[in-house]
Amino acid sequence: MESRPVKMRGKVVNGVAEIKVLMEHPMETGTRRDEAGAVIPAHFIEQVTCEHNGNVVLTAEWGTSVSKNPYFAFKVNQAKAGDTIKVSWTDNLGESSEGSLALK
Amino acid sequence: MSVIALGAIPLQVFARATKAFEATKLDSVYRELFGDLPIVESSDIKLDIPDIAENGAVVPVTVATTIAGAEAIYVVIDMNPNPLSASFKLTQFSAADVSLRVKMGKSSMVRALVKTPSTIYMTGREVKVTIGGCGG
Repeated sequence: MESRPVKMRGKVVNGVAEIKVLMEHPMETGTRRDEAGAVIPAHFIEQVTCEHNGNVVLTAEWGTSVSKNPYFAFKVNQAKAGDTIKVSWTDNLGESSEGSLALK
Repeated sequence: MSVIALGAIPLQVFARATKAFEATKLDSVYRELFGDLPIVESSDIKLDIPDIAENGAVVPVTVATTIAGAEAIYVVIDMNPNPLSASFKLTQFSAADVSLRVKMGKSSMVRALVKTPSTIYMTGREVKVTIGGCGG
C-alpha cells in the first residue's frame, strides 16, 4: 500500500521556523482485536527525521502510543524564507513517506 | 547507541531504543534509556497537557524546556502498557519545543524528561482520562 505524503505547514518567527506536520498512519498498537477476535498486528511509525536544507536537525522515535494519524510540531533555529524543511518517517513494517516545505 | 550523548555531531541514523519502548515498567524504561544517570525534578520543563482528557485516543502534549545542554526529550505515560511513548533527539539547530498527540489507556501520570550529558530532568502531571484510548 502506498503511504500518503506527509502534510506540512510552517512559518518563520524571529528566525525560528515553527513546523506543523500531519502524517496519515493507522498507528496500530498490536493489542486491538478485529470483529472476528483476531489480533490486529502492530503497525506504527518508529522513526521520524526532520531536515533543514538537507541537514538533520531533529529525529524522533515513537512507540505505539502515539495517536493515529500523528500530529507533530517542532521548531528549527536559524531558519529563513526560502529554506527547505523535510520530514520523513519509517514504520515497523518498513513502509515510509515524506513531505517537504519551502519556508515563506 | 541511541542513549549516547550526541553533542553537536549530526548523526544521520540512530539505533532504535527498542528495549525501552518494549519495557512495561517505568524503572525498566529509565534503566534502558538513562542507565545510572540521576533523575531530578525540574521546574524548567514546560509540560502542556490537559488535566482531563475526554478522549484518551487523542491527548495533545507539548514539551518545551530552557535547560542548557538539552539533548533529548522523552514523553512517558506511567499507566500505559508500554510507558515510553516518544523520544525526540535534539541538535543545536532544533529548539527544545515539541508537540504531539498520544493515546492514554486510563488516567495516569504523564512525564516529560529532558536528557543532558550528566543529568535527567523531569516534570510530571496527572491526567484524568474519561474514555480510554488504547482501543483505538
